[in-house]
Amino acid sequence: MEIRLKNLTKVFTDKRGNETVAVDDLDVVIPSGKLIGLLGPSGCGKSTTLYMIAGLLKPSGGKIFFGDNDVTKVSPDKRGIGLVFQNYALYPHMTVRQNIMFPLENMKVSHDEAIRLTIEMAELVGIADQLDKKPAQLSGGQQQRVAIARALVKKPDVLLLDEPLSNLDARLRLQTREEIKRIQRETGITTIFVTHDQEEAMSISDQMIVLDLGRMQQMDSPQEIYDEPDNLFVAKFLGSPPINVIDAIVKDKKIMVGDLNLGTTKAKDGKYTIGIRPEDFRVVEDGLFTFKREELEIEVIGRDTMVRFTIGENKMVRAVVESDSVKDKDVISISIKKDKVLLFDKKSGSVVV
Amino acid sequence: MTEPKGTRLRVKVARAKWHVRNFFQTVGETIKKGLSKIGLGFLFKLPPFVRAMIYLAPALAILAVFTFYPIFNSVFISFLKGYNMFTGEITGYTLFDNYLTILKHQSFAQSVINTAVIAFISVPLTILLSLAVSVALAAIKPLKGLYQTVFFLPYVTNSIALGLVFAYMFSGNANTITTQLSLSNAILKGIGLQPIAWLGIGATYWSAISVILLYTVWNGLAFKIIVFLTGIQSIDKQYYQAAQIDGASKFKTFSRVTVPLISPMIFYILITSLIGSFKTYSSVVAIIGTTGRITSGATGPLDMRTIVFYIYDFLQNAGQPGNMSFAAAASIILFIIILFFTVIQLQVGKRRVHY
Repeated sequence: MEIRLKNLTKVFTDKRGNETVAVDDLDVVIPSGKLIGLLGPSGCGKSTTLYMIAGLLKPSGGKIFFGDNDVTKVSPDKRGIGLVFQNYALYPHMTVRQNIMFPLENMKVSHDEAIRLTIEMAELVGIADQLDKKPAQLSGGQQQRVAIARALVKKPDVLLLDEPLSNLDARLRLQTREEIKRIQRETGITTIFVTHDQEEAMSISDQMIVLDLGRMQQMDSPQEIYDEPDNLFVAKFLGSPPINVIDAIVKDKKIMVGDLNLGTTKAKDGKYTIGIRPEDFRVVEDGLFTFKREELEIEVIGRDTMVRFTIGENKMVRAVVESDSVKDKDVISISIKKDKVLLFDKKSGSVVV
Repeated sequence: MTEPKGTRLRVKVARAKWHVRNFFQTVGETIKKGLSKIGLGFLFKLPPFVRAMIYLAPALAILAVFTFYPIFNSVFISFLKGYNMFTGEITGYTLFDNYLTILKHQSFAQSVINTAVIAFISVPLTILLSLAVSVALAAIKPLKGLYQTVFFLPYVTNSIALGLVFAYMFSGNANTITTQLSLSNAILKGIGLQPIAWLGIGATYWSAISVILLYTVWNGLAFKIIVFLTGIQSIDKQYYQAAQIDGASKFKTFSRVTVPLISPMIFYILITSLIGSFKTYSSVVAIIGTTGRITSGATGPLDMRTIVFYIYDFLQNAGQPGNMSFAAAASIILFIIILFFTVIQLQVGKRRVHY
């Protein structure tokens, strides 16, 4: 099911009449059958957007289309969606079986059919052996699966997940992340999930929508967004350790930080902000910056090593390089991979090609 | 940014609190040191259980005198024959005589029936009504505080006073109801019904008991609404959102989500209010009168006394030898009835209540 958000806006008004624009004129087409990550920092409006798609929040303006149908005013149960809440919202007094069956109770489904569907869903998410337990007897990961099964049992056209991994520990997170991807592949259901964790979003989504201050910043495949961010916000938000941001000037097609020439560009002369990803540095024989070992802060993290140094006027820069390349060296010379310097407009923050 | 109003005062208050806390800590340490110096330091080294018992001693002493001793004493008194409470004389001991006398007593049987009618009609009715009101109160926003106050008022008002007001609202006997309309009969007339002698001469058993029931239900609503409302408001909103997405109807959401999630509270209310209703007394005194009987002419007096009322009637004539023993025996029977229903409820609760 293709989902179109047209000029979607949500304004919250508090008791004193102060208005907060949570979602600002959002115009997005979400392709059918894909796993879409809605990514942004907290307060960017991503959960609000999800809840508006679910129908639990009424938009202040704009429209929501599922396929060709305008569902803006359709109640949540008639939209054909399944929603997995951040803390799962499993009914604590019902067994896993009753929880998964609950949505079917409210539909005209025969009892045998309901039992069959429940078992089918339990098998899909891998909790068929836990059906007679109460949610409190399950681990966080298992509860998550029950919540997904409950959301999917109605055979919805759209699956919505609100921060699906935030309540899990690191190991379970990795496992559940793969699980969600597998379930999405197997069912082919259009899935939208909300997260503030860029790594999580990049690892499982087919397409990513980056939001900030209620506005869409960029929508594309994760790699595309990482490599070619539309603006400084997106560049800064993605990547760990984060991108290095430095003030620079362009003179005669050369990118200059102080006296250092970091590369060439086609941009006009003037002041810019540049971004260099930590992994775009490398250790060479005779590079741009040369340091004695004691001048650098070096942190070995297994295969990679993080090197911190200053360029220009006390601008701290992080570089991630291969551990072997700095091993046993007294003098380390670092340069930047070709064409890996991103140029941003100083005022608007948008990328300059 | 301007400083919010009252910030400086708040800082001052916080500082003052800090000093007070420090002061008490110093006092505590000084006392501890002082006690150690005069050889009482072992007090702080006693095992936790012993220390707890020392702290509990005052409360336990009061409970022992006013609760535990009376319980055992009334069991003891119920085994005495011809006990005179002023002289302390008895004519002998017996195991069952007092109990048998009570159980054979016609007006005791009537008091059990009266109590049972009040308990088994008013308790379910009050719980259902208060659940409905709490759900409604939880759903509305404007005037919520006002409604809450209105429903809570009976709880803080004297029950005898309320009972007297009820008695007045349902006053009048067969001769006067048509000429002097009480409030209830004015309403009945307003909707085109015949006035009823609720409590006076001409009253029937059910007219009188329905006034008591009405009073009991209305008076019991307040506390239950507060408990249920608190319970409902503490339910995570996401359960309701989930139910909404799952397409559950309003009634289904209520019966499958709200009720199970506040079932510990419903259970608590069920037990306490059933016990409370078995102890009904003051409402009958206020509505029916201190004799507990309605002179009703042809059919003879209507006995509206409850079990507790029946017990108190013995105490009115406590001077009569043996009456204290009858009262004690009746109390023990009441205790056994309450125990029986509470045990049943606990058994049911094990399966039905979700904590």
